[in-house]
Amino acid sequence: MALVEAIGVRKSFGHTEVLKGIDLEVERGEVVCLLGPSGAGKSTFLRCVNHLETIDAGRIWVDGVPVGFRAAGGKLYELRERDAAHQRRDVGMVFQRFNLFPHRTALENIMEGPVQVLGRGRAEVRAEALALLERVGLAEKASAYPGQLSGGQQQRVAIARALAMKPKLMLFDEPTSALDPELVGEVLDVMTSLARDGMTMIVVTHEIGFARSVADRVVFLVDGAVVESGTPSDVLDNPQQPRTQQFLAKVL
Amino acid sequence: MASDTAVNDVREELVVVPLRHPWRWFSGALILLVIAGLGWSMSEAQIQWEHVPGFFTHPVMLEGLLNTIVLALAAQGGAIVLGVVVALMRLSANPVARWFAVGYIWLFRGLPVLLQILIWFNLALVFQEISIPMLFSVPTNVVMTAFVAALLGLGLNESAYMAEIVRAGLSSVDEGQTEAAKSIGMTPLTTLRRVVLPQAMRVIIPPTGNNFINMIKGTSMASVIAFLELIHAANNISSRNLEIMETLFAAAAWYLVMVSVASIGQHYLERAYGPR
Repeated sequence: MALVEAIGVRKSFGHTEVLKGIDLEVERGEVVCLLGPSGAGKSTFLRCVNHLETIDAGRIWVDGVPVGFRAAGGKLYELRERDAAHQRRDVGMVFQRFNLFPHRTALENIMEGPVQVLGRGRAEVRAEALALLERVGLAEKASAYPGQLSGGQQQRVAIARALAMKPKLMLFDEPTSALDPELVGEVLDVMTSLARDGMTMIVVTHEIGFARSVADRVVFLVDGAVVESGTPSDVLDNPQQPRTQQFLAKVL
Repeated sequence: MASDTAVNDVREELVVVPLRHPWRWFSGALILLVIAGLGWSMSEAQIQWEHVPGFFTHPVMLEGLLNTIVLALAAQGGAIVLGVVVALMRLSANPVARWFAVGYIWLFRGLPVLLQILIWFNLALVFQEISIPMLFSVPTNVVMTAFVAALLGLGLNESAYMAEIVRAGLSSVDEGQTEAAKSIGMTPLTTLRRVVLPQAMRVIIPPTGNNFINMIKGTSMASVIAFLELIHAANNISSRNLEIMETLFAAAAWYLVMVSVASIGQHYLERAYGPR
């Protein structure tokens, strides 16, 4: 069974339908890149997978559990926010604007989830958090506050913060879009090594190069619907749909 | 070269004259003169200055001081707790809670504190007893002491202001912070406690410090219902010896001491929650 299964996902904001029936499966260990013009609903779909947005129709399962609902007696019960929070423990998310906690150091940001949410011991969590900082190349920045770090460094800490929860799935919402061009590489390197280690990832990105070299599958969204989907070489080098061709002609 | 030499000559010959500020000297002197004049009038005033320290440490004055401190702290503490609750109601998804919060703020912020204190103090005139049916019942005039009436009047008024301060603080925290907290599995309560409130404090503390200083001085209104705070204490002392100004000055000194201590405390609180 796929780790993520989305069937007929619909979402409207007011009278605007942003997602018009998205079907998507992501296998364990698979890296899927969502591409498409802005306003296509890529980020909204990603936020639905984590139940930061509530879907209007359709279903999303993560690891066999319906996101935002509890299945019992042939019915789906909408979850209270407390229980939805419990589901999110298994899904890490990295935001465009990093969203580190500015009043805590890099190390404290990473420790916050395991200590406050999972209730684990500080000493043990601290050792793991230091190892994670090492992994994203920021061992010497443990006691720095987010305001003292560059955008690229902040985003790497944010990735470490998400990894500290030992998630089954990582969601990346345009992780390099808010970065200065020379800082994009360091974040993509961390994401590439994460993909090599077998992490299941859904990545909304405009970095075609990253999609080409790291993604197992590329999904192209336009106006809230999947237009084309396949391996990077199929979709990026040999697009079948005119809408995909137009988009790629502009960004490549 | 000739031109270089000329420039060098010019540099050596010219003396730099700093800009003079004669008006600064003049206005500074004027201010000192005014202060000296005021000081002289004070020394000429018909006040027994040497009596003031005695009134400052008079047992009745100290009792008034203690009552003032207890009332201010209790009213402000209660107002902060109530203010957080009302602010959360104001931001709640429940429309009834939102309306209630709006009405609460409208009512308790809209009436003069003095009026509110008088209404609470005279509650026994219209309600013989305070009761929740089948749970308890007490005579109003037993419960509604001067302290309780002052506490309710000052505290409820302040809670309406605190609700607005806390709401502004909570709203100032970026939505992305809540989403990041959610994304690592935090429950709403943990998110509020660990992520939103600590950041909101930066916005909440300065106006709260100002309000607390107002609260310290506002306790003086409890003197109209004969609560023994500083002003009532000063009046009690002077009604016996008629040294009205001397006792009032002693009370004034205590207010300045309390406000100074509160200001210092506010400074350290702001530093503790300040930007990193």
